Amino acid sequence: MIRYIGKRLIGLVPVFLGITLISFFVIHLAPGKPTDIQTSLNPKVSYEARMRLEKLYGLDKPIGVQYMGWLKRFATFNFGRSYIDDRPVSQKIAERIPVTILINALALILIFAIGIPLGVISAVRRGTLPDRLATVFVFTGFSTPEFWLALLLMSFFGISLGWLPISGIKSLDFEYFNLPVKMLDVARHLILPVAIAAFGSLAGISRYMRSSMIGIIHQDYIRTARAKGLKEPDVIYRHALKNAMLPVITIIGLSIPGLIGGSVIFESIFAIPGMGRLFYESVMARDYPTIMGVLSIGAILTLVGNLIADIAYSYADPRIRVIKEE
Amino acid sequence: MSGTLLIRNPGTAHRKVSRHREAFTIPLMISAVFLLYAAAATGDAGSPDAVTTDAPAYGDAIVIGSIADARTLVPILASDGPSSEVCGMVFNGLVKYDKRVRIVGDLAESWEILDGGLTIIFHLRKNVRWHDGAPFTARDVEFTYKKLMDPKVKTPYSGDFERVKALEVVDDHTVKVLYKEPFSPSLSSWGMPMMPEHLLKNEDLNTTSFGRKPVGTGPYKFKTWKTGEKIELTANDDYFEGRPYINRFIYRIIPDDATMFLELQTQGVDWTGLSPLQYTRQTDNEFFRSHYAKFKYPSFGYTYMAYNLSDQKFRDIRVRQAINYAVNKQEIVDTIFFGLGRVITGPYMMDSWAYNKGVRPAAFDPAKARELLAQAGWRDANGDGWAEKDGSPFEFTLIVNQGNAERLRTAEMVQSYLKAIGIRMKIRVLEWSALINEFVNKRRFEAVLMGWFLSRDPDNYDIWHSSKTREGEFNFIGYNNPEVDKLLEEGRRTFDQAKRETIYHKVHEIVYADQPTLFLYSAETLPIVSSRFKNIEVSPIGIGYNFIKWYVPKSEQRYR
Amino acid sequence: MVREFLNNKMAVAGFVFITIILAFAIFAPAIAPYNPSSIDAKNILAAPSGAHIFGTDTLGRDIFSRIVYGSRISLSIGFIAVGIAVVIGVFFGSIAGYYGGRADSIIMRFVDIMLCFPTFFLILAVIAILEPSIFNIMVVIGATGWMGVARLVRAEVLTLKERDYVTASRIMGASNIWIIVRHLIPNAIGPVMVSATLGIGGAILTESALSFLGIGVQPPTPSWGNILMDGKSTLGVAWWLTIFPGVFIFLTVLAYNLLSEGLRDLFEPRLRK
Repeated sequence: MIRYIGKRLIGLVPVFLGITLISFFVIHLAPGKPTDIQTSLNPKVSYEARMRLEKLYGLDKPIGVQYMGWLKRFATFNFGRSYIDDRPVSQKIAERIPVTILINALALILIFAIGIPLGVISAVRRGTLPDRLATVFVFTGFSTPEFWLALLLMSFFGISLGWLPISGIKSLDFEYFNLPVKMLDVARHLILPVAIAAFGSLAGISRYMRSSMIGIIHQDYIRTARAKGLKEPDVIYRHALKNAMLPVITIIGLSIPGLIGGSVIFESIFAIPGMGRLFYESVMARDYPTIMGVLSIGAILTLVGNLIADIAYSYADPRIRVIKEE
Repeated sequence: MSGTLLIRNPGTAHRKVSRHREAFTIPLMISAVFLLYAAAATGDAGSPDAVTTDAPAYGDAIVIGSIADARTLVPILASDGPSSEVCGMVFNGLVKYDKRVRIVGDLAESWEILDGGLTIIFHLRKNVRWHDGAPFTARDVEFTYKKLMDPKVKTPYSGDFERVKALEVVDDHTVKVLYKEPFSPSLSSWGMPMMPEHLLKNEDLNTTSFGRKPVGTGPYKFKTWKTGEKIELTANDDYFEGRPYINRFIYRIIPDDATMFLELQTQGVDWTGLSPLQYTRQTDNEFFRSHYAKFKYPSFGYTYMAYNLSDQKFRDIRVRQAINYAVNKQEIVDTIFFGLGRVITGPYMMDSWAYNKGVRPAAFDPAKARELLAQAGWRDANGDGWAEKDGSPFEFTLIVNQGNAERLRTAEMVQSYLKAIGIRMKIRVLEWSALINEFVNKRRFEAVLMGWFLSRDPDNYDIWHSSKTREGEFNFIGYNNPEVDKLLEEGRRTFDQAKRETIYHKVHEIVYADQPTLFLYSAETLPIVSSRFKNIEVSPIGIGYNFIKWYVPKSEQRYR
Repeated sequence: MVREFLNNKMAVAGFVFITIILAFAIFAPAIAPYNPSSIDAKNILAAPSGAHIFGTDTLGRDIFSRIVYGSRISLSIGFIAVGIAVVIGVFFGSIAGYYGGRADSIIMRFVDIMLCFPTFFLILAVIAILEPSIFNIMVVIGATGWMGVARLVRAEVLTLKERDYVTASRIMGASNIWIIVRHLIPNAIGPVMVSATLGIGGAILTESALSFLGIGVQPPTPSWGNILMDGKSTLGVAWWLTIFPGVFIFLTVLAYNLLSEGLRDLFEPRLRK
């Protein structure tokens, strides 16, 4: 097992380097320098002042040098300092990661909790009304522009009904609450964002589950189980489901970049201080260190997610485990 | 209060009702007396109870809705809106503007301007303390000046202070500033917030943690900053102008304008800016009328379409005049801004003394425009709808920055007006820094739609003087008029306001006649504030200038 | 096969709807009652009426006409972006699958790397850094969406290349490229089509997300995404600006998704009853 993990980790290194290279490359497509936002549109900022700022940021060194410098610092998670406010990028990212991870983790849980049963129902009752309904439901989620749905739901639940807070992750007087109230407060704020994030991605899991399940149901060992006289629910849930779920685990890894990427829109609409919003602001301000930092961390999170999924899969799939141990 | 009297007594009276009929009458009479008293008390002004419920009271908090987070709270580094707004509550400058746009003292009690402007002596207030208790002295002023001029500090504000020859600390409360030459905007430049020497003298301003935990002399003290979420300030009990009434100043970050509007509808935000559409149509209902107050005042800037004056097509003044007649600026204001703006004719704020009200905007006259174009050689010879000269049609591209919906719509309307006189204008939307760096600064544009944010002092030498045409400088259109040059030089050298007024009026006249850019409009700023805040007074400098005097009556307070 | 497809009512519905939208796009000048760019300053934000069945926008332009013309933009972004993705994906996938070995490792490594990035982040970064032109949007969506196709094609090619007719071709002296292009790719088309139709829906959604952030297709060119943006700032006052484009986006993407499911049912024999 350990050897397996170790081998996978080593295999990740070139992937990792590739990530840093691509992030760096993407940023330098840009014309323009980060000092533009700060100094333009304000006639009081003189030419001399601007030139001074440019030198200070080190933008006059050649690209190769800039990349190597960045790579070296990356090893120690030192992404440099943000051009916007000179704070260490790692600090800025560290502030935002918990919220993003929380929301994405909750969304993933919800996706699995709803997507898997829906997929099973669709598979077992294939072609009938429940299958159709489930299909339409998950596809609706998949086909709706997220921010549109968010705004409509916010108006409905937040204003017309007044049940849920509109935006943010905590109330203004949060500091004065005791613990249980604090938890309830955060929960209320997160219901809409998590629900909408999950709704958009249900289709992937449930359809995959459906086809995986359908494939399994038609296999021989299932027919054997039925022939042996096992009751139908037993057949489905004990035998088929366990096996059908295995491939679905691998999808976890694939869902993560989608969730993280989608968080840009989300976090703007719901005023959530997460990584997606940080990324968007850095892009608009040409804050290169932060852009590269967030892109890389996002990719790393995905790598980690994939790795965990792989390990879980190899652990759960007895065939692989047996082979490995030989 | 009086309400509770009303509720209690009829209740206790009724409990006794079922027993004895005679016993009924006495409690009834008592409650009647109380009822009458209660009715009188909750009546209008005259009675004592009503006055106390509405009197200035300490307490409550104000929640400001902002689209963007602040970046740093080191005041001389703060160049974006949110950072400056928060710094404005935490720090003071030596001077500030009052509601009549006159310079008055802030940390400076008084000042003297000597030697025709070569020397300014500031007499600072005594007994002002920093939020940590240390006294504010002239050394803080000297320190702030030194940091402004320090090449290692990433401040964009050094420009104004480059004219200072020397700054002397005469004593703890007196500062003497010597200038290389008389410079009339100098006084207003001392509105720059002052920083504490004792806390920052060994810090690198660019990276100091002070930027996340500032200490100032202002009406509010810093409490907490949750990145991307909110910044909270609490009232300074020892503020030299008196403690503000409102306990807390909470700056809440909501990046999306639609969400911001929804928050207004649930009263999650007390003060934010409205778009013209929101101001006129979306807040025109019972809910908003009863919970909010809307204000408007002219913004501190204007929007214009600049021509690249080295481009052949725009060299001929008749072409520029034609465009001036062809674009219906009033209609733009009415359509995009719902009338909440004004057509301008010159490079000054409309309500400033420098603006020449005698220069009237040209009438909307497409026929005259076509005539002028024809005189300049542009005619539609082949009837295809576009004017041509020497066989090629009149076409140009207008570049605009993305992210500004009203500006984009303005471009679209201009496009349609120009089409009516045969000019084909294409619109190209660019990201802001690409627009500035690759196109404007490098003079690779034909026309650009932009806006200027002006400072209160009307000196705009940097925009119109022919020497300011290096890459990155603001005369990127290449305007060169020697008479204007001389006037601008004189305008910034003299301190005599009457003389400056004449000078700038003349500049306004000449520039409008030259039409180096198409002056479009100056929009209104449209703040909306929860109606529980009293004492708000609109002025040419906005509504926030007397914020420390705003209060919420005890009965209406929402937050602790 | 066609009959099988016709049995899947939802997929058929999707197909029909897409045809209608395609008709909108192709025959736009005939269908749209107004010029989508004509500004009518006196008639801004008018509710749906006889004259303007979907109402007008903030500059008085007819929304129905803008939606009709917008279908051109949204659909072409979808087709071209996905087209680019398919071309790149087929290219890399077939080479990796056919030649195997070193080429396979390198290409698949590259695919892994690209798959690690939150795609939308990459798209955002590139579009914001270059300019938000239609061309850039198409290219970037395509350049970040080919990985799935590559994997699919590689898998198919791996299976197919051992088949008899391929061996026969090789014996007859056909060049590798010929085999790839003539035999392998056409047979791998099935799953690619499934992926492509899904991708078109995705590209349309991505465009609307980019417009949300202000870096999608810029006015005055109408796209469903940017009409929806106009709607966002008129919430509560002009429901027609939000509802109509949103519904069109939703129905079109749904149609493509249903179509893709229908195609998948067709091409994956295991799933046939």
